[in-house]
Amino acid sequence: MLEGYTKEIREAAKRLIRDKKVDCVIGYSKGSIPLVDAPYFAYTEEECENLVWSGFCTKNLAKYLIKRLGKNALVAQGCVSRSIVGLINENQVKRENVYILGIWSPGMVDRRKVLERVGGKEIIDVKEDEEKLVVIGDGWEEEIKRKEVLRQNCYTCASRNAVLFDEFIGEKKESKGGGDIDNVAAPWEKLSIDERWEKFRETFKECIRCYACRNVCPLCYCAECFVDESRPQWCGKTQDEADVYTFHILRAFHCAGRCVDCGACESACPMGIKMRVLTSKLEKDIRNMYGYEPGMELGAIPPLSVYRPDDPENFITP
Amino acid sequence: MGYKLLAKQEIGKLYEKLAKQYEVYAPIKKGIEVNWSKIEDLGDILFDFKNSSLSPKGLFFPQTEVMFEFKNDPKAEEGYILKEVPPLPKTRVLLNIRPCDAKAFSILDKVFMRDEDSLDVYWKDKRDKTVLIGLACNNPCNTCFCTEVNSSPFGEDGLDVLMVDLGDKLILKGITDRGNSLIEDFEEAESSVASKIDDLKKSAESKIKTKLSMGNILSREMLEVYEHSYWDRLHESCINCGACTFYCPTCHCFDIQDETKGEYGRRVRNWDTCMSWLFTHHASGHNPRGTKKHRVRQRFMHKFKYMPFKLDGDIGCVGCGRCIQVCPVNIDVRDVVNNMNK
Ligand code: SF4
Ligand code: SF4
Ligand code: SF4
Ligand code: SF4
Repeated sequence: MLEGYTKEIREAAKRLIRDKKVDCVIGYSKGSIPLVDAPYFAYTEEECENLVWSGFCTKNLAKYLIKRLGKNALVAQGCVSRSIVGLINENQVKRENVYILGIWSPGMVDRRKVLERVGGKEIIDVKEDEEKLVVIGDGWEEEIKRKEVLRQNCYTCASRNAVLFDEFIGEKKESKGGGDIDNVAAPWEKLSIDERWEKFRETFKECIRCYACRNVCPLCYCAECFVDESRPQWCGKTQDEADVYTFHILRAFHCAGRCVDCGACESACPMGIKMRVLTSKLEKDIRNMYGYEPGMELGAIPPLSVYRPDDPENFITP
Repeated sequence: MGYKLLAKQEIGKLYEKLAKQYEVYAPIKKGIEVNWSKIEDLGDILFDFKNSSLSPKGLFFPQTEVMFEFKNDPKAEEGYILKEVPPLPKTRVLLNIRPCDAKAFSILDKVFMRDEDSLDVYWKDKRDKTVLIGLACNNPCNTCFCTEVNSSPFGEDGLDVLMVDLGDKLILKGITDRGNSLIEDFEEAESSVASKIDDLKKSAESKIKTKLSMGNILSREMLEVYEHSYWDRLHESCINCGACTFYCPTCHCFDIQDETKGEYGRRVRNWDTCMSWLFTHHASGHNPRGTKKHRVRQRFMHKFKYMPFKLDGDIGCVGCGRCIQVCPVNIDVRDVVNNMNK
């Protein structure tokens, strides 16, 4: 838990509830196990005391705004605020129904990386500040620099500060993750088709189709997801390769030009599957071909939702 | 029968004996994950692990299982005639299964093999052909709570043999006839090991700090628990994925699909999850569990109220803690139960 931010979130949340500015403040509470914090809905001043800010806020809370009634405040770091912008632009959320408590993200921690670092040993507790974590086990502790165990998407973050907010918690700080997204996005681009296929199979073969990646993603709000449809049935329900891969390829395409690289999908996956390998390629293409970055600007039109006569066509196979 | 002794270095003796008759499966390490796998190399057998990431449920109830096949052509002579899928070709042994998982399967026996008239042949075939050699937990995880759901890190339910790790030695305790016959050739252990095992058991049990209260859940009327105001809050953060149910050793719902490709047809069953909106969605469009609240409630009511009611008191949870480890939004079954009980 990052104490300074936590305190400020609680103060702001209590004020919003007290002044009846919002019905609910959506943020995080301390998780019941180390390295995982829990999305939390605070309706009373007392409940606001449970809110926290930490390096383990790895979900994308914007998801909870979809179809939600009433007026809600939401704690949003850069990527989450970008998702809110996206949802407003796609008419899923009304600007006036959300009060954004913008915040800076220290870069969120990849739980699996920490577990790998300590050799899979059981972690009992963790302490953190902006620079480092102290991971505590039974009879041992280890200090780890935060920047060594960040989620991949946080290294190349385009904006750690919220891009849209009604109020900012704490100070704005260095906003860039530092890494060059175009260098790491689409790691398979240079591979031959056969190698790419191999990598693809290798990456997704352990998927158990729990759909945590889909369900946690703020882009996945279709009334009926194509994998759930039965008339017609686009995608089989089994663990056969074709069914699993169809799900991943199609889902990625549905996110094209909309994915803000929040990393919630990878953080949610119980099997540690790195599905951003697909979305990062699509987003790279969107940046390069359309000069567009999703979620940066209210009112921007997602390039794939419109047709323009001068749209690039060179990727279409003749 | 008494206890048998096996030096850990000599685990090969046990393995060879098993491998003669059985396919041997055991948890093996891959990075930070521990997965059930067929053992080809003796060196892969692990003793230093908490529990497997996914439960071994898939070995009895695969995520995708073909039930029968048919020729998809009504005019052909064989057309639409159902062909049985072959039963398991070889008997198997699951080595180092944890007591919670073994218990889960004996609970599921009551679901899949309740009576002779409704035997689940797929489950029965694999259960009959699989021997379970358990490994007691000397050091349960922080998220383990088997003692709170009628079990123990040294529990014997469902096992054929229980092994206890004494560091350099293993104590083998035969539980069923099948188990006893497997270990009969091994060296007899001194009778004093019984008290040693008892000490280890007490020590392991005392490491489980979770306390669950279930008295009210069990004694209250069904509808009273169903209408508990707690459900209005619990579901809020749930994203209705299937992680908790797929990792759970006792979750057992499945969905049946018929598939055809050209002349080939088959019926398959796939793991289902009560968290999905499709779960029990009727063809009419009506959905008895139409909201997230209904779905989340179903999972916990099923485990802690419906199952004990239907299965002579057996709780549908064995305290393995997997759902706590994998839930992306940290819905913790231990908190849920204690809140349901309020
Ligand atoms: S979260 Fe992981 S295991 Fe679940 S469907 Fe997505 S990729 Fe597959
Ligand atoms: S696809 Fe993944 S990274 Fe992209 S917006 Fe959805 S959850 Fe975030
Ligand atoms: S409880 Fe957690 S794991 Fe289960 S469906 Fe809800 S979000 Fe997914
Ligand atoms: S409900 Fe959770 S703790 Fe209980 S048996 Fe299932 S996965 Fe294990």
